[in-house]
Amino acid sequence: MDFEAATAPSLAMSQGPASSDVKSEVKKPKKKKVLLMGKSGSGKSSMRSIIFSNYIARDTRRLGATIDIDLSHVKFLGNLTLNLWDCGGQEAFMENYLSQQRVHVFSNVGVLIYVFDIESRDVDRDMATYVSVMSALTQFSPTAKVYVLIHKMDLIMTHVREAVFMERVRLVRQKTAEFVQGSGFNREVDLTPFATSIWDQSLYKAWASIIHDLVPNLSVIESQLESLGILIEAEELLLFERTSFLVVSNWTSSEGQNNPTTDRQERISNILKHFKQSISRFTGTPRNAEQFMLMEHKAGGRFSIFCLKFTTNTYLMVILPPGEARFNAAKMNCQIARESFKFLDGPISGAGQ
Amino acid sequence: MSSRLGGWDITSKLEGIHEGPRRGQSSSLSPAQLNLERVFEQSRQRQQQQKNGPKAPDLPNPGPPTKGKPRLLLMGQRRSGKSSISSVVFHKLPPSETLFLESTARIQKDSMASFMDFQVWDFPGQIDIFENPTFDIDAMFGEIGALIWVIDAQDDYLEAVARLNVTILNLQRTYPNIKIEVFIHKVDGLSDDYKQDIQRDITIRIQDELSDHGFENAPVRFHLTSIYNHSIFEAFSKVIQKLIPRLGSLEAMLTNLCRTCRFEKAYLFDVLSKIYIATDSAPADMASYEICSDYIDVIIDITEVYGSWPRSKGYRESLEGEPWNQKLEDQVASNWAESCMVLSDGNRPIMLREVDKYLALVAIMKEDSYDKMPLVNMNVEVVVDGLKEFFEITKPK
Ligand SMILES: Nc1nc2c(ncn2[C@@H]2O[C@H](COP(=O)(O)OP(=O)(O)O)[C@@H](O)[C@H]2O)c(=O)[nH]1
Ligand SMILES: Nc1nc2c(ncn2[C@@H]2O[C@H](COP(=O)(O)OP(=O)(O)O)[C@@H](O)[C@H]2O)c(=O)[nH]1
Ligand SMILES: [Mg+2]
Ligand SMILES: [Mg+2]
Repeated sequence: MDFEAATAPSLAMSQGPASSDVKSEVKKPKKKKVLLMGKSGSGKSSMRSIIFSNYIARDTRRLGATIDIDLSHVKFLGNLTLNLWDCGGQEAFMENYLSQQRVHVFSNVGVLIYVFDIESRDVDRDMATYVSVMSALTQFSPTAKVYVLIHKMDLIMTHVREAVFMERVRLVRQKTAEFVQGSGFNREVDLTPFATSIWDQSLYKAWASIIHDLVPNLSVIESQLESLGILIEAEELLLFERTSFLVVSNWTSSEGQNNPTTDRQERISNILKHFKQSISRFTGTPRNAEQFMLMEHKAGGRFSIFCLKFTTNTYLMVILPPGEARFNAAKMNCQIARESFKFLDGPISGAGQ
Repeated sequence: MSSRLGGWDITSKLEGIHEGPRRGQSSSLSPAQLNLERVFEQSRQRQQQQKNGPKAPDLPNPGPPTKGKPRLLLMGQRRSGKSSISSVVFHKLPPSETLFLESTARIQKDSMASFMDFQVWDFPGQIDIFENPTFDIDAMFGEIGALIWVIDAQDDYLEAVARLNVTILNLQRTYPNIKIEVFIHKVDGLSDDYKQDIQRDITIRIQDELSDHGFENAPVRFHLTSIYNHSIFEAFSKVIQKLIPRLGSLEAMLTNLCRTCRFEKAYLFDVLSKIYIATDSAPADMASYEICSDYIDVIIDITEVYGSWPRSKGYRESLEGEPWNQKLEDQVASNWAESCMVLSDGNRPIMLREVDKYLALVAIMKEDSYDKMPLVNMNVEVVVDGLKEFFEITKPK
C-alpha cells in the first residue's frame, strides 16, 4: 500500500550536532531583562496578560493599575525565562526609574518594549518621556533591542490606520535620531515598530517577533523544521509555544509561500488562543491549563492540517496538501520527530540531567 | 460559492470547470433543500392567481424565495434590534459593534450562503401595512414560514405589543399557517425574575387580545433573546426547527448516530449562521452547543487562511508523482471536510463532518472515540447519506 512509501524515508535529522550545541548553550540561560514601558493606561499589562496568561481582550478592562514595577518571570519554552518588567507608567514612578533606580532598572536589558497609546492626548510629553528612557537605556544597555508598539490601533478608523501609524513611527524615529545626535551615542539604535491592538492578531505579530529574537538555538530549530517539512511534503509548519501560542519558528515550502494571506501566523495564534478559551469554558478547566492534544482537519481536495501537542512546551501545526496516506504518514513522522526536538524543553531534558 | 469548511474545490479552481465531488453521491451543486410544510405550496399557488395586486412603491419586491429554503421575516419597532440580530447571526458582527449600525427604513433582503432565506423588514413609522393599499401583503407574507417579531425588553413595549397584535390578527385571517415567533429581546442585564415577569405580561396581553377575537390556538411562541450570548442562536434554532417537515425523523437519525457511535450529543448546523436545525434526543445544553459552534468558527477561520488560494498546476502534478502515483482526487478519502479535536483530558473529543454546501454535522464524542475514528467515520458517512436523502425527498417538486 501507499502507506509503506510514506513511512519509508527515514527522518534524516542532525541529532548529534544539535544536541551538543544545545547543551553548551543551555548551561547559560539568558538572564537579560525585557522591559515593558510606556505611559500609564497605554495597555502594557493588557498585552502581557493576553499573551502570557490567556486573558481575553474583554477581561483586560478589569486589570488594576500597575503600581511601580510588576516583575514577572515568564517561562517560555523550557530554557528561556523572560524577566518581564512591567513598569507602572505613572509619572512619579517614571521619574524614580530615571533617577534613583536608573542603574537598577536599565542595566542588563536585552529588550525594551516601549508602548505608545495612539489615542494619547499629549504626544509631546510622551515623546519627551520616551527620549529620557532611551537616554538611560543607551547608557546602561547600549546593545538592547528596542520595539516600539503603537498601540490601541483599533481606535483608529480602518482607512487611515496605516497613515496614522506611519506618521507616529516617523515621529518616534525622528526623536530617536535627534537624541542620538545630541548625546553622541556612537551606535545605531536597533528600533522595530509595530502597530498593535489587543482586539486582533496584530498583537501576536509583534510579540512573536519579540520573542523570536530571544529564543536560543533558533538556527537548529529552523533547520530541523525544514528537514521535517520537506520529508512530509508539508506546505507549512508552525511551531507554537504551548501557553502563549506565539509562533516560535516556522517553515514554508516554496509553493506555500504563494499563500496570499501574509498575516496567517498571527491569525492562527489568535484563532487557537481564542478556541482554547472556549474549551476551557466547556471542560471547566483553568484557562491557562493545556486544552487540547490534537486537532485535525481534512478540507476535501484543498488541504489538510493537523496541530498536535509536540514537545512538553510546544505545539506543532502542519499544513499539508490533500491526501489520506500523506496525512497519516506525516502524523507518524511528526511523532517520531518529537525526539529530535526534545531540546526545546530546556536544560533538564535537553542536557539529560 | 465554495464551501466555507473546505470541501472539494481545488480542481474546479485550477481547471475552470466544476467537477463536483467524485465520490459523493450527489453533486455539490445540489445543496440540501427544504420544504416549508404545505403552506409554502398553497400560498405560492394563491400568489400565482392574484398576481395583479397593487405594489408598495417604496418597498422593493421581496422576490421569490430561493427555491425550497425556509424564509424568515424579521419585524418590529425601530431600534428594537433587528439589524443587530441579522448582523450578529448572519454576518458575524461582534455584538459590541452593533452600536454603530446605521438605522434603516426598508426591506433588507440578505442574500447569503445559508440554508435559510432571511429578510429584515423595517417598517416606516406609523404606517399600518394592512390598511394601506400600496402594500402587497401577499407578496410579503405569501411565502414566509415564520414571522419573527422583535420587542425591545429594555424599552416601553406597549406600542410594540399593540402593533404585533394587529399584525397577528390580520395574518390569522389570511395566512393561519405562518408561525409567529416573538423575540423578547435585549434581555441581557435583566434579572431572571424580571425576564419572567415581562414574558408573562407580554404573553397575556397577546393571548387576551387574540381570544377576544376568537383565536384560541394561534401559533405564537415566545423567546428571551440577546445578541450578547448564544440565546439568539438558540431561539433561531427553535424557529427553524418548527419549519422543517418531518423533523422527527431527522432527529431520529441523529439519535441513532449517537447510539451507534456512542456520541454524547450531535448537532446539524447551518454553517453560515451557526444555527442548529436539528439535534439528537439527549437534552440540549448551552455548553455543548457553544463548543460545537465555536469549533465551526475555528474550522472556517483556518480554512479561510489555508484553503482559499489555488495551488499551481505544476505543484499539483508533482504531488501525484512518486511515491504516490495517484491522482490527487483519488488520494483523498472524502471530498467533504472532516475534522476532529482531542481535548487534553481525553474525554469528549469533538468531530465535524460537512454535509453539503450549507450544513455540517458536529458531535461531541465520548472518551476513546478517537481511536475508533475509522469506524466512526463509516457510521457518520451512512448518516450523512441519509441526511442528504432526507433533504432530497422533502424538496419541493
Ligand atoms: N481599545 C483598546 N483598548 C486597550 C488596548 N489595550 C489595552 N486597552 C485598554 O486600556 C486600558 C489600560 O490598560 P492597561 O493594560 O492597564 O495599561 P497599562 O497601565 O499600560 O498597564 C484597559 O482598560 C484596557 O482594556 C487596545 O489595544 N485597544
Ligand atoms: N443590550 C442590548 N442591546 C441591543 C441588543 N440588540 C441590539 N441592541 C442595540 O439596540 C440598538 C438598535 O439596534 P438596531 O439593530 O439598529 O435596531 P433596528 O432599528 O431594529 O434595526 C443598537 O444600539 C444595538 O446595539 C441586545 O441584545 N442587547
Ligand atoms: Mg499596568
Ligand atoms: Mg435597522
